[in-house]
Amino acid sequence: MTTAYETFEHEADIGIRGFGNTVEEAFENAAIALYSVMVNIGTVQTKRDVPVIASAPDRELLFIEWLNALLALSDIERMVFSKFEVKIEEGTLTGRAWGEALDRIRHEPRVEIKGASYHLLSVAEKGGRYTAQCVVDV
Amino acid sequence: MDPATLHKITDYLWEIPQTGGMRVPGRIFGSEKLIREMDEKVREQVTNVALLPGIQVASIAMPDAHWGYGFPIGGVAAFDPHEGGVISMGGVGFDISCGVRTMKTGMTQEEVMPRLKTLVDQLFSRVPAGVGSEGLIKLSPGQIDEMLVGGAEWAVKKGYGVKDDLEYIEEYGRVNGAEPEHVSETAKKRQYREMGTLGSGNHYLEVQVVAEVYDEQAALAMGLRKDDVVISVHCGSRGLGHQIGTDALKNLASAIQKYGIPIKDRELASAPIESPEGKRYFGAMSAGINCALANRQIITHLVREIFTDVFPEGHIKMLYDISHNTCKVETHEINGKRKNLYVHRKGATRAFGPGRIDLPPEYRHVGQPVLIGGTMGTSSYILVGTEEGMQQAFGSACHGAGRAMSRTAAKKRWHGREIVKELEEHGIMIRGHSYSGIAEEAPESYKDVSEVVESAHQANLARKVVRVKPVACVKG
Repeated sequence: MTTAYETFEHEADIGIRGFGNTVEEAFENAAIALYSVMVNIGTVQTKRDVPVIASAPDRELLFIEWLNALLALSDIERMVFSKFEVKIEEGTLTGRAWGEALDRIRHEPRVEIKGASYHLLSVAEKGGRYTAQCVVDV
Repeated sequence: MDPATLHKITDYLWEIPQTGGMRVPGRIFGSEKLIREMDEKVREQVTNVALLPGIQVASIAMPDAHWGYGFPIGGVAAFDPHEGGVISMGGVGFDISCGVRTMKTGMTQEEVMPRLKTLVDQLFSRVPAGVGSEGLIKLSPGQIDEMLVGGAEWAVKKGYGVKDDLEYIEEYGRVNGAEPEHVSETAKKRQYREMGTLGSGNHYLEVQVVAEVYDEQAALAMGLRKDDVVISVHCGSRGLGHQIGTDALKNLASAIQKYGIPIKDRELASAPIESPEGKRYFGAMSAGINCALANRQIITHLVREIFTDVFPEGHIKMLYDISHNTCKVETHEINGKRKNLYVHRKGATRAFGPGRIDLPPEYRHVGQPVLIGGTMGTSSYILVGTEEGMQQAFGSACHGAGRAMSRTAAKKRWHGREIVKELEEHGIMIRGHSYSGIAEEAPESYKDVSEVVESAHQANLARKVVRVKPVACVKG
């Protein structure tokens, strides 16, 4: 079993990284990494789902748009997510996020994320395996 | 960074000579020790900023500089709109107008200590903090627009604070130029539940005691004496500011291509100040500054209520409020000529010297109070701006300790509970919403704030006035 997501070190903030057999899967797993920074993701149940749409001129910027759309949704809907689905067609991402209302005890909140940045941003493929990563500002 | 690769100007000022496309030299402040420990990436980022059109005098980094997003954290750069100058989201960051506000309590350590525990427990339970916390005030879209134009002045009009508070905030609590119509609906919706909240990460609310006085005259002007108790809050513009930053990152990325701005790093997302994109960002960012000022004002109101509940004999008065992630229009003298410049400070504090009319009358002869936050277990400092700082760095100084260790490494090394226990043994009460968050903020994961402050002092960017030590700290 290969790792689906991880976080990586950065001097002031924290990096998130998702892996997958497709770009879409790497984006989905990176979103899990994103929420693993914010809460104990294992405690987040998939009670409700919300649609996410993002578009950008290239794949890397689209990755940032996807993460930032999720962060905005979390604030607005006061939700955290633990399961994601992504489809990308011609620069437009149509996705869905499953989660529930934030529970400040049960979800063991860690730290808020202010935004996904272009820092150490890359969406790359190597030997048929995709990696999507960036640093998030906390 | 190897100091030998820099041109040494003084013991506390190092230059990156102007080469290649650099329009100005780079200037890094700090002791040899801090320069040696500084990330090599700071040099790269200072150099990249020096390439931007319309930059004036120098691309500057403060003693606490570290690798940031486009600009180094601790970066200062000023641009002239009449010379094709640009405005950059990278020079402000995601947390627009994040800053520190310090309040005086009118009480001494001896008087406060017997009821300190009650005070900190009340602050912890009544000031919303941490992931997903909700403010008590919910603003409709129309009310949000009023807040974005009015800043702390709006908050005071709504009954959160007293008029006198405004005197002790940069720009008297409200910057001009805010344009709520350029703030997205998403940004406004994100703020709905977040007015008057502290946030998380390195944000805090701290009860501090004046431990050492370095400059009696300046301390007197601020009404500070040894053993006085003050309360400081560190927070920013919350979800609204974060979304303005997020939106700008996208919008300015396309402006770079449109205007052919020569940038080496797309994190420097910029547009000419005079372009429609530049003006929109400035209007939205200024609204973000007002949001942060209103937010800290509401927290001040909560702190005042709580403090007087616990200490009816106390009286909360503002000392000062500074922002350390901003772009502001300021008048500076360049080669004998007065110019209106767009001064970016990313993780740097405005530090105006004596005589500026921007300062409240009682501080005008000593200079602007410069509030430097330490970490949970260490000291914070109050300095004043200097005339030399005006000449050397557009009236700017450092903003804090700066991280020395990543959050991941800190979490591996320490446990939140142990840190709380250890700090309690050293006389510092900690209340936090997340042990994991506390571990990430372990005092030892930051650089030595005293070394950073000493460098700012020795470089004459700002002069030390007092050191304050924490006795209680609430973390988000």
